[in-house]
Amino acid sequence: MTNAYIILLGGALGLYTLGMVTGFFYLFRPMPQKTLWCKRFIQTGSLVHLLAFLSRCIQVQTLAVTNLHESLSFFALLLALAFLLIGRKTSLPTLGTFISPLLIIFTMWALIIPHAITPQPPILRSFWLPLHVLLSFAGNAFLVLGCIVSVMYLLQEHLIKRKKIKGIFRKLPALQKLDELSYLCLRCGFPLLTLGIISGSVWASFAWGSHWSWDPKETWSLITWLLFAALLHGRMNSGWRGRKASFLTIIGFAAIMFTFLGVNLMLSGLHSYAH
Amino acid sequence: MHIVILGLNHQTAPVATRERLAFTAEELPKVLNRLKKEAGLDEVMILSTCNRVELYGICSDLDECRNRLIKFLAEYHRIEADSFADNLYFHTDSEAIRHGFRVASSLDSMVVGEPQILGQLKEAFAIAADESGTGLILNRFLHRAFFIAKEVRTRTKIASCAVSVSFAAVELAKKIFGDLNNMKVMLIGAGEMCELAARHFINQGVEQVLVTNRTLIRAQQLAEEFSGIALPFDMFHNHLDQVDIILSSTGAPDYLIHPQDLIRALKKRRNRPMFLIDIAVPRDINPKINELDNIYLFDVDDLQDVVTENIDQRHQEAKRAEELVTREVEKFEQWLASLAVTPTIKKLREQTLEISHQELKKTLAGFSDLSDKEKHRLEAMVNAIANKFLHHPINYLKSHTDDAAARPATMIREIFKLDKSDNP
Repeated sequence: MTNAYIILLGGALGLYTLGMVTGFFYLFRPMPQKTLWCKRFIQTGSLVHLLAFLSRCIQVQTLAVTNLHESLSFFALLLALAFLLIGRKTSLPTLGTFISPLLIIFTMWALIIPHAITPQPPILRSFWLPLHVLLSFAGNAFLVLGCIVSVMYLLQEHLIKRKKIKGIFRKLPALQKLDELSYLCLRCGFPLLTLGIISGSVWASFAWGSHWSWDPKETWSLITWLLFAALLHGRMNSGWRGRKASFLTIIGFAAIMFTFLGVNLMLSGLHSYAH
Repeated sequence: MHIVILGLNHQTAPVATRERLAFTAEELPKVLNRLKKEAGLDEVMILSTCNRVELYGICSDLDECRNRLIKFLAEYHRIEADSFADNLYFHTDSEAIRHGFRVASSLDSMVVGEPQILGQLKEAFAIAADESGTGLILNRFLHRAFFIAKEVRTRTKIASCAVSVSFAAVELAKKIFGDLNNMKVMLIGAGEMCELAARHFINQGVEQVLVTNRTLIRAQQLAEEFSGIALPFDMFHNHLDQVDIILSSTGAPDYLIHPQDLIRALKKRRNRPMFLIDIAVPRDINPKINELDNIYLFDVDDLQDVVTENIDQRHQEAKRAEELVTREVEKFEQWLASLAVTPTIKKLREQTLEISHQELKKTLAGFSDLSDKEKHRLEAMVNAIANKFLHHPINYLKSHTDDAAARPATMIREIFKLDKSDNP
C-alpha cells in the first residue's frame, strides 16, 4: 500500500516535471504551438496526485495532513487544483509554466523527507482538523497562485516599460489580464484563509479551551491575514493595482511560506508536526 | 506532362505593366475557355491580383506552350509582346511547383506573410474549377498549395506580428489591456498615421473615440467619421482621465502632456492603466511619464523598432517556411511521377497478357483432344510465365517513381512500344 502510494506520488512528480519542460519549451521556442501539453501534463499529474492522496487518506483514516510530508504533498495538490480551476475560467497559456516549478518543489520535498505514518495524538482526532486544514490550505493555495501571477505581471510590465518587444513578451498574457487574475486569486483565497483561521479558533476552544493562544503559527497566520486584508482593502477602495499590488502579493507569499513551513521548522508550538 | 506558370509580379514588372495585363474576375470565365483552346493546354487557371498576373497550365510541349501563352496575353490585351516579354517569368515542373506553393504561402508577396493572397488564389481556383479549366493535376496542385499555406501559417510565425507602425500600436495595446472592447481612445491632432491607427482601434471594437484638434472643424469632421466626440483643443486635458488610449500627433513645438497631468488623471481613474502613443516629431508627450506606474508610453521610434523587429522575425520565419515548401515540392513531384508510371504499368501488363493469350489461342486451336482441365492448366502456365516475366520490370517502375520526368517509365514505353497500337 505504502509502495503504491509512493509510486503514484512519484508519477505525479514526473508529470509535473514534464509539464514544466514542455511549458518552458513553449515559452522559449520561436514558434507557436497548437496544443498546450504543459497544462495537460499538470492536469494528469494532479489526477495521479489526487489518487495518491486519497489512498493515503484511507490509510490514515482522516485527511492526510498529519505530518510535514503529507502537508507538503497536499499543498502541492491544492495548488495544482487551484491552477486548473482558475485555468478553466481564463485561458492563460503560460501560467502553467510558472506554476510547475512550485508544484515540483513541494512534491519533491514531500518525497525526500520521511513519509512514515505518524500516530496522531487523540486531541487532534476531530472533524475540525480536516475542516481547518482544508480551508487554510485552499486559501493559501489561491494566494500562492496569485503570487505566481504577480511575478508574471512584474516580468511583463518590465518588458513593456523597457520596450523589449520580442521573445517571451509575445508569450506572456496581457498586463490587465494578469492583474485581474491576481485580484481574482486574492478574492478566492482571502475568504478561505479567514474561514480557516476562524475554524481553527473554534476548534481550539473545544480542544484547549481557548480561542487564541498566541502560538507562533497563530501569530504568523494573523500577520499573513493582516497583510492580505490590507491588500484587499487597497485594491477595493484605494485603486491599488499593477506593480504595487504585485509587490504586496509577493510579500504576502513570503509570509505564507513562513507561516506554513518556517514556523514549523524554526519555532516550536502547538502546530508543530510530530517528528 | 508539365506544370507551367507564366507571369509577372511586383518584383519583375512595374505597376504600369501589371495593370495592362490584369484580368477582372468577371472576364475570367471567358478568358479561361479561350486560353485553354488557343494555347492548347490540358488544364488552366489564371491568378490576377494587383501584385501579380499568372497563368497556370498543364502542357506537353514547353517551348510551344510558352510562345502560345505570350501570344495569348499580347493578343487578348492588344499590346505588343515585346513590351512585356522581359518582365515575364516562365517556371516549369519543379520550379513551377515551388513557385505556386510560395505564392500560396505568401512567401512571394510584397509584404511577406500578408494573408490576402491565399484568398485570392482560392478565388482564382474556384473560378477555374467552375469553368472546368482545372483537372486532375491542377486540382491536386492547388489543394496541396492551400494545405501548405495553412501549415506555414500555423507552424511558423510568419504572419503573427504587425509590420506597420499603426498596427504595432494596436498589438501593444492588446498586450496591455487584453481586449479593447470597453476602451476609449483619444486622438490629439489629426495626422495620417494617427487616423490609420484610430481606424485599426475601431476595428478592434473600442467603445468610443474622442477627437481634439487646434482647428475644431477638423476635429468635428474626424469625430463624425469615427462616430466619436469632438473636443475643443484647450479642454482636452480635462478628459484625460476618461480615456485608456491616447494617440498624439500634433505639430506643437513643446510637450502638450506632462507628468502632472497624468498623475492627476490616474488619481481620478484609480490607477487604471493608460497607453500613450506619441507619433509627433517633435514629441507631444513628455517622455518622463513612462516612469509613472500604470502608464505606458511609446514614441514613433519605439514603434518603428517594434516594426523592424517584427519584419526581421518574418524573414527568419520565411526561411523556415521555405524549408517546409522544399519538402512539399519533392512530395508533389513524386506524385506527378507516379502518375506517369501507373498507366505504364497497366499498359505493360495488358500488352503482355494480350500477346500470351493470342499465342495460347493459336496453340489450342491445333489440339482437338484436350480436356477442359488440361486447357485450364495450359492457360494457368501462360499466365504464370507472363506474370513472372513482368514482376521485375514492374517492381523497378514502382521503386523509381521519384526520378525526374519519370524516365524509366518513358524508357519502358519505348522499349515495349507501348504507345503504338499496331503490335505484332
